[in-house]
Amino acid sequence: MSPFLVVFALMIVTPLAYSMYLSLFRNQLMGGTTFAGFANYVTALTDPKLWDGAGRVGLFLVVQVPIMLLLALVAALAIDSGRLHGRSFFRVALFLPYAVPGVVAVLMWGYMYDDRLGLTATVNDLVGFALLDPYTKRWILTAIGNIVTWEFVGYNMLILYSALKTVPHEVYEAAAIDGAGQFRIVRSIKLPAVRGALVIATIFSILGSFQLFNEPNILKEIQPALISSYYTPNIYAYNLTFAGNQVSYAATVAIVMGLVTAVIAYVVQLRGTRREA
Amino acid sequence: MAGYSYLRPRKSVTLTALLGFLVVYSLLPLAWMFFSITKTQSELLSSFGLWFSGPFALVDNLQQVITHDDGIFVRWFLNTIVYVVVGAGGATLLATAAGYGLAKYRFRGRGAVFATILGAIAVPGTALAVPTFLLFSQVGLTNTMWAIILPSLVSPFGLYLMWVFSAEAVPTEILEAARVDGSGEWRTFFTISLRLLAPGIVTVALFAIVATWNNYFLPLIMLNDPDLYPLTLGLYQWLADASGIGAQPVFNLVITGSFLTIVPIVIAFLLLQRYWQSGLSAGGVKA
Repeated sequence: MSPFLVVFALMIVTPLAYSMYLSLFRNQLMGGTTFAGFANYVTALTDPKLWDGAGRVGLFLVVQVPIMLLLALVAALAIDSGRLHGRSFFRVALFLPYAVPGVVAVLMWGYMYDDRLGLTATVNDLVGFALLDPYTKRWILTAIGNIVTWEFVGYNMLILYSALKTVPHEVYEAAAIDGAGQFRIVRSIKLPAVRGALVIATIFSILGSFQLFNEPNILKEIQPALISSYYTPNIYAYNLTFAGNQVSYAATVAIVMGLVTAVIAYVVQLRGTRREA
Repeated sequence: MAGYSYLRPRKSVTLTALLGFLVVYSLLPLAWMFFSITKTQSELLSSFGLWFSGPFALVDNLQQVITHDDGIFVRWFLNTIVYVVVGAGGATLLATAAGYGLAKYRFRGRGAVFATILGAIAVPGTALAVPTFLLFSQVGLTNTMWAIILPSLVSPFGLYLMWVFSAEAVPTEILEAARVDGSGEWRTFFTISLRLLAPGIVTVALFAIVATWNNYFLPLIMLNDPDLYPLTLGLYQWLADASGIGAQPVFNLVITGSFLTIVPIVIAFLLLQRYWQSGLSAGGVKA
């Protein structure tokens, strides 16, 4: 117990406290670091670059997360229904992408999106016009959303599927005796059973969306023109630290985004659990 | 539906086909990779992605990956193993001990500890990484293996899983019976609890291994010596080499290297599936 707490304090509490401390200072090329009070926070709240990135991950969250969770839910229900041929194959095949490192996932999709290396040219030739054009300002966010969905659909499916398996068989038998059909069982038994797991999966997905970093940052190597230095708040904070030497302001950006995330996650949890009660 | 049994429902071809689309989607990039590792650089750029084409270049590609730049890929592979064994192994040990302790022993401040740890699951890893980097650079830990290992040791999610799992899998009556029989706490833990906890431990270990094996952000900010890179960062380096201006294109290296990176982790998942599936459902993710 106590070794965990020591490491926990060192690796989580200390950096958090340190970044709060940092956020109260100002880094200047001339004159070094000076105490700045809440000036960084005032700057952050009106920083168009930060809100550009925040708006982008917000849009990402509102579109990508529901699609991914809906797919995961359908898959979990289908596998749990016992009406699939070869269901353990389905479970493993859908979960497999989770084991693939993010770098490799982006690499594969990044190359597959490419005209020469990949499949978009093949598809476009087949339909006769440029149906798929992922490397444009218009579609790049969708292209990223596709990669993230691919990586995590199976993981979320597994979370929901585990929740479904906790429903005792007698409940289904009783429902069948009462004449409940497949869809009735899904609506009245299964969906309520996965609500808690769905809230957890949603919260994890919200955290993931606001932290969006790896996928766009790696795609940037393939398509430098499409991903700006403030494409997501995390990329912004990273570039402020390592390219801009504005450590204090980067800490402020991280804290502001952490707070926004925490508030949204908290609201989701409240709503999710209230309906359950 | 007369004679309908819920426990043995009819198989549905339609449903199987529908979900088949999702599986095709899941496996598509892996299939593309499978065909691509057998191609030469020029075939990669000119042939259809989902079939073989040109001379069978797999052996040559593997050889190039392993020997490129004095065998740096092998070095990255060994580094990754070190990070996984020490980091993920340590994280599993700590999470098991702490989760078990929290579930089975009452002590003052238990509620507060639980609340803090749940809160910590919600702290974005990337928000911690930058201040951790600054702290580490002040004590001279950046650009060392410790910079990757130390942060990997904490797994609040693993602790949460072990807590819930210990509470369910190890009945308190057994522990009391052991105490009455005069067994010490350590002996009880090693002879009784550990066995009951095995599926949970494998689950936590597997998730910690995946997290460490796939870690990209932490090494990206902590390391600048290629000799210390894990596979993910090394591949990223090759990717940057392959697409920069005036770069030497090494697409075949990047793709074959990626393949070698995912093989061990995929095998681990397939071999251990019985454990992680029971570990997750036996209490893992309950709200």
